[in-house]
Amino acid sequence: MMMKMQENTVSPHNFEECMKCTVCTVYCPVLQVNPLYPGPKQAGPDGERLRLKDPEYFNYALKYCMNCKRCEVACPSGVGVADLIQSARIRYDRTPPKLRDVILASTDLMGSVARPFAPVVNAVTGLGVAKAVMDGMLKIDHRRTFPKYSGQGFEAWLRRRKKEQAAFPEQVAYFHGCYVNYNYPQLGKDLVKVLNALGVGVQLLDKEKCCGIALISNRMTKQATKHARHNMAVLRKAAVDRGLTVVTTSSSCTMTLRNEYPELLGVDNAEVRDAVTIATRFVFEKLEQGAKLHFKAGYHKKVAYHVPCHMERLGWGVFSEKLLRMIPGVEFTLLDSACCGIAGTYGFKKENYETSQAVGEVLFNRIRAANPEVVACDCETCKWQIEMSTGYTVMNPISILAEAIE
Amino acid sequence: MRFDTVIIGGGLAGLTTGISLREAGCSTAIVSTGQNALHFFSGCFESLQEPPQRMLDLFAGAGVPLHFEEGVRLMPLGTFRPAALALEDIDLLPEPRFADKVLVVGIAGFQDFFPGFLCDGLEKAGMKCRSVQLELPELEKLRVSPSEMRSVQVARTLDRIWGKVLRETKRLLMDEDAVVLPQVFGLQDASVPDFIRRGLPVRVVFAGTLPPSVPGIRTQMLLKRRYEELGGTFLAGDEVVSAQVFGDEVLSVATRNLGSHCLEAGSFLLASGAYFSKGLKASPLDITEPVFGLDVEHAADRGAWYDPDFNADQPYLRFGVRTDASLRALRAGRPLANLYAAGSVLGATRPEFGTGAGLAVRSAFAAVDEILRRCAPQDDK
Repeated sequence: MMMKMQENTVSPHNFEECMKCTVCTVYCPVLQVNPLYPGPKQAGPDGERLRLKDPEYFNYALKYCMNCKRCEVACPSGVGVADLIQSARIRYDRTPPKLRDVILASTDLMGSVARPFAPVVNAVTGLGVAKAVMDGMLKIDHRRTFPKYSGQGFEAWLRRRKKEQAAFPEQVAYFHGCYVNYNYPQLGKDLVKVLNALGVGVQLLDKEKCCGIALISNRMTKQATKHARHNMAVLRKAAVDRGLTVVTTSSSCTMTLRNEYPELLGVDNAEVRDAVTIATRFVFEKLEQGAKLHFKAGYHKKVAYHVPCHMERLGWGVFSEKLLRMIPGVEFTLLDSACCGIAGTYGFKKENYETSQAVGEVLFNRIRAANPEVVACDCETCKWQIEMSTGYTVMNPISILAEAIE
Repeated sequence: MRFDTVIIGGGLAGLTTGISLREAGCSTAIVSTGQNALHFFSGCFESLQEPPQRMLDLFAGAGVPLHFEEGVRLMPLGTFRPAALALEDIDLLPEPRFADKVLVVGIAGFQDFFPGFLCDGLEKAGMKCRSVQLELPELEKLRVSPSEMRSVQVARTLDRIWGKVLRETKRLLMDEDAVVLPQVFGLQDASVPDFIRRGLPVRVVFAGTLPPSVPGIRTQMLLKRRYEELGGTFLAGDEVVSAQVFGDEVLSVATRNLGSHCLEAGSFLLASGAYFSKGLKASPLDITEPVFGLDVEHAADRGAWYDPDFNADQPYLRFGVRTDASLRALRAGRPLANLYAAGSVLGATRPEFGTGAGLAVRSAFAAVDEILRRCAPQDDK
């Protein structure tokens, strides 16, 4: 019986598989620059052992974890180290989120409020005075550049093309996320161009909500779970009822829908998980199956590809890489994998600014050494961070592809 | 996705195979389930024969120069072991008594290095010994989380201030003719240990720390970088969960992250490691190879798997996947035509000789030759 028990023991996030080998501590970007953070081993499996005995052992320094998941990619034993840390924050940290955190985390609410006044909002958030006020009152660091809001939302743009899109022989649904809808509809338009060129029409989901990643990291767990349940219903309608593939263009939204819902929020996504895929994987597979894209003659671009942390965790960077390498005229460099330091809302917080920039320095130096025309990357917050910190332009691989085809 | 060869395992055997095959013009993918044994690498291959030139070339090409000299090396607790082939920062000594008087330099707050044990060992080998601790204010901030003051964290700081360590050590040196320092130098830059050697007027010997191993991690980073610079695909943090086999031929493997998107290849290499990396799985009654269900050489009686004397030669460490003479893995007694095995999944490791790294590289080269014989590389874009 003892043997049976041993064999059948399954612990949440594979907690009991930890052999204390310390490999995760080598790859934690925060630990390298911020000694206040106890590190993934101590914050994760070691701390969990204590927390299970007494929640009093919960350490508030766990908030310094960026949830980049590099510890999980490095772990030889399959322990969900970052999941353990985030679950502990959800379970034990009972301090209410600050107003600042609520504002930063409510990406879709802020988007729908700000967008109608985009020119005004963009002008104001760019002002020194406004930045000083936000820094002083809200502790949002004044050195940050704020993402711009777009006057016209992507949803409205695509809705006007509903008929035209429905005419394509094959259909997909697009989980565009907050960024494409409120800040940068061009990425969504680029996706539509690429997929249309492959004979695929693009549909909206039936009212998606923000995936909730920022709500999770700011401990607005109730709202995050509400979003997850809503999105699950919406995804089920598309993927199960209508048999559609759901494509995304953001690596972090993708990871949240596929991994964080069940692991951190306890929302079962088994029915739709396989149907959710990132656009570069979808396009790569189409081309592999023999679909053809017509590339512009004489296109040339020197591209350095940065694999965002959450893309690394998905294990799908290879699709974006291979797709970019396929484009005639692309001179390709793969940047040695490193975190950019922004981690969504993390880097916007005054107390994290220094850590955030210090973490990113390794990557920034690699970008400067590669000196590309553009940095390619599948994550919007990496884009803000890299553009602000290095001055290099960052494009989603889908946008590069859209630019390279007829 | 299709490749000439898919390599299961991103450790020393996997990376050696990957680099060699890329250099020969084959397309390759490495699937790596987390990090590997290089993180615990002593820096020593313990090869008792002259190393093949291709091995020296491969490592030098990645920025990891090796040196060969039959002798002994200093172990972390002050004992000595035969050694012959090692990374350049590991000292190969003609005999244990490498000096008359030795200064062992520890670092205040760093508890994964043992000057006391080292001194005892060196004195037993006939040397006089004195140990000192360097107080480095630059390391103070690491002590905020004492559990995190590990070799790698220390090395990250010392990579910036090794010049200061050099000056401080020089100042502390009296009439000693040798210095022992911990292996916490040159995490990013392999040339730092040599700068330290040349900067001190006496012989410098670096001794190992508790894991993780700084020279090992540097080796892992440089080999992986070399592999990726050669255009090899590296799937980090993924895991092969099943294989599609037709007759005696492996057609493709499926991974946890790629799901339905299988990796097809002409040949496959299993370099998935032993128990720690789950290349071999020991359950209460059996030892199995989880991906292909290969034949694993092991004693049927569980009682014969281990010796109750912890320090004895442990039989389970010699259990491993069965192969034919050309390293093709056996399943139900018959070789799979295009599946090769290399590294510690073969189970020929003898830790008392520390042969893991030597076995990994030598078996990887043997597998590379077989793979290249089987299929000439196709043009890879």
